[in-house]
Amino acid sequence: MKWAEAIPTRFAYGEELVALGHELPNLVVLEADISKSTQTYRFAKAFPERFFQMGVAESNMMLVAAGLATTGKIPFASTYAVFGTMRACEQVRTFIAHTHLNVKIACSHGGVTPGNDGVTHQATEDLGIMRTIPGITIIVPADYHATRKLVRAAAHHVGPVYLRFTRDPVPVIYREEDEFTIGKGKQLRSGSDVSLIAIGDMVAIALEAHEQLAQRGIQADVIDIHTLKPLDREIIVASARKTRRVVTLEDHQIHGGLGSAVAEVLGEECPTPLRRIGLRDTFAESGEYRLLLRKYGMDADAVVAAAMELLQR
Amino acid sequence: MPIPHATVEQLERQARVIRRHIIRMIHAAQSGHPGGSLSATDIVTALYFHFMRVDPGNPHWPERDRFILSKGHACPVWYAALAERGFFPVEELLTLRQINGRLQGHPDMEKTPGVDISTGSLGQGLSLGVGMALGLKIDRSSARVYVVLGDGELNEGEIWEAAMAAAKFQLDNLTAFVDYNNLQLDGWCSDVMPIEPLRDKWRAFNWETFEIDGHSMRQIVDTIEAAQQVTGRPSVIIAHTVKGKGVSFMENQCDWHGRAPNDAEFEQAMAELQDPMDSAEVGTSRA
Ligand SMILES: Cc1ncc(C[n+]2csc(CCOP(=O)(O)OP(=O)(O)O)c2C)c(N)n1
Ligand SMILES: [Mg+2]
Repeated sequence: MKWAEAIPTRFAYGEELVALGHELPNLVVLEADISKSTQTYRFAKAFPERFFQMGVAESNMMLVAAGLATTGKIPFASTYAVFGTMRACEQVRTFIAHTHLNVKIACSHGGVTPGNDGVTHQATEDLGIMRTIPGITIIVPADYHATRKLVRAAAHHVGPVYLRFTRDPVPVIYREEDEFTIGKGKQLRSGSDVSLIAIGDMVAIALEAHEQLAQRGIQADVIDIHTLKPLDREIIVASARKTRRVVTLEDHQIHGGLGSAVAEVLGEECPTPLRRIGLRDTFAESGEYRLLLRKYGMDADAVVAAAMELLQR
Repeated sequence: MPIPHATVEQLERQARVIRRHIIRMIHAAQSGHPGGSLSATDIVTALYFHFMRVDPGNPHWPERDRFILSKGHACPVWYAALAERGFFPVEELLTLRQINGRLQGHPDMEKTPGVDISTGSLGQGLSLGVGMALGLKIDRSSARVYVVLGDGELNEGEIWEAAMAAAKFQLDNLTAFVDYNNLQLDGWCSDVMPIEPLRDKWRAFNWETFEIDGHSMRQIVDTIEAAQQVTGRPSVIIAHTVKGKGVSFMENQCDWHGRAPNDAEFEQAMAELQDPMDSAEVGTSRA
């Protein structure tokens, strides 16, 4: 992986918002005093009349976005993922999801990517929380290009969407011309020995693990589940049928997020031995992003170990 | 859509009709919130029968004025006003809170024609109103947004987040009412969580403030007219009201916040709310 050329996915969000602003006159952006972090400051500069600075008041921001949606606007409300999904959780559930309002909850600082900021700023339960709420599309792009395409897709999708971006840089794994469809996973590598099913920043880790496994003569299937909901059940079941062994990778608790979603699908359609990579019912701590992945058993070595254990059963 | 115009006397009669609907609905459902519905009745009546431009035949008409019942538990008053304005049949009021019905226990914008936004979880309607008022301003629409808040509801912090935002964006198309009945669920506001000095609070948040008797139709009408003249800032009308207004045994009784009348109480309430001008309509008969 080219970590030297890595880019935070929030940068792609900020850039794509500006591109969309030129095309969609109804697109508006709301911010809770962290526009430099979320990168919405770019939109604020380009379209000051469509940018609403709401201050440090996330619950209010979410419902102002809901009110704007009732007048035909396409609001993108941005804050950190912990605040967007937890401080404003009920607002999202009752007044955006239940009402099917066209609000995009677009949050930076997903998973442990805020590294040194520590637990207050690391969103490691957000996907599980959002996944239990009916009717919200959940999108976690893996890299810069995926983010640009999926932010665009979210803007054109009618209905509530939760988007989660990284604070820290993650490797660029796609090409500019790659296309993405909401709800359709991406087959990145084909192999028949073990499936590595990953989301968000962990897709790069899956590709690293794929290379390490290849050196041992093991061919891994690698799938990017950029849309956690609605989940691409077919791609998951097809891969599991082929490899008979599945490892999931997520920058999140192993409960409630991708690992749980995959376990549900496999349990219902194709029972398959499964290992889940993610935080194991624990909070992380302050520290550099990649060192945290290593300490909490979420780096490529941990993925390889899980795959080998499945292969040796 | 022309704005409906009514005299103060006509509005007072209309309010009595709505109060009777409230009692009928809650009696039929054997659940619901009479106290806060009755305290807000005169305000809601003035809005729907004198001020608000809405089109019952086209509830989503983009130029319509918006109403938000932030204290969503009081929805019987809203449903009654909507039925009387012709959004759905008056007989449907008796389906309140029933399964497969359109009149949910708290307002649901996807189920009930004329309900502009869902509410029921307290503290959130003003934020929604800020968003609507902002959206209408972007569109250069002349439509206005009216929000009815409970006094107990003002305990919620998000109200004050929204109050700050409304002033920041100079939302002079937004008018809030505080239904100041001095009762919340567990008791008197002054005991549960004192909100005074209330007018100073709104002033401090840069709102234009008015303080009225929330059961004087004359004052309600005049004050809404005055609020419509305010420019550059949102307005709040602090309306002193009586919880359970119009039914003697419900007035100022905390217990009637969320309980339904039994048959005897129903008969008495309907008798008290009988219109002296309209003796034909009495007691148990539907609408
Ligand atoms: C967030 C939230 N907390 C609690 C409740 C339960 N609840 C319903 S009504 C009420 C009291 C409201 O008092 P007030 O705003 O004064 O309403 P009113 O007196 O007009 O009925 C409470 C606590 C709720 N609906 N929402
Ligand atoms: Mg009250």
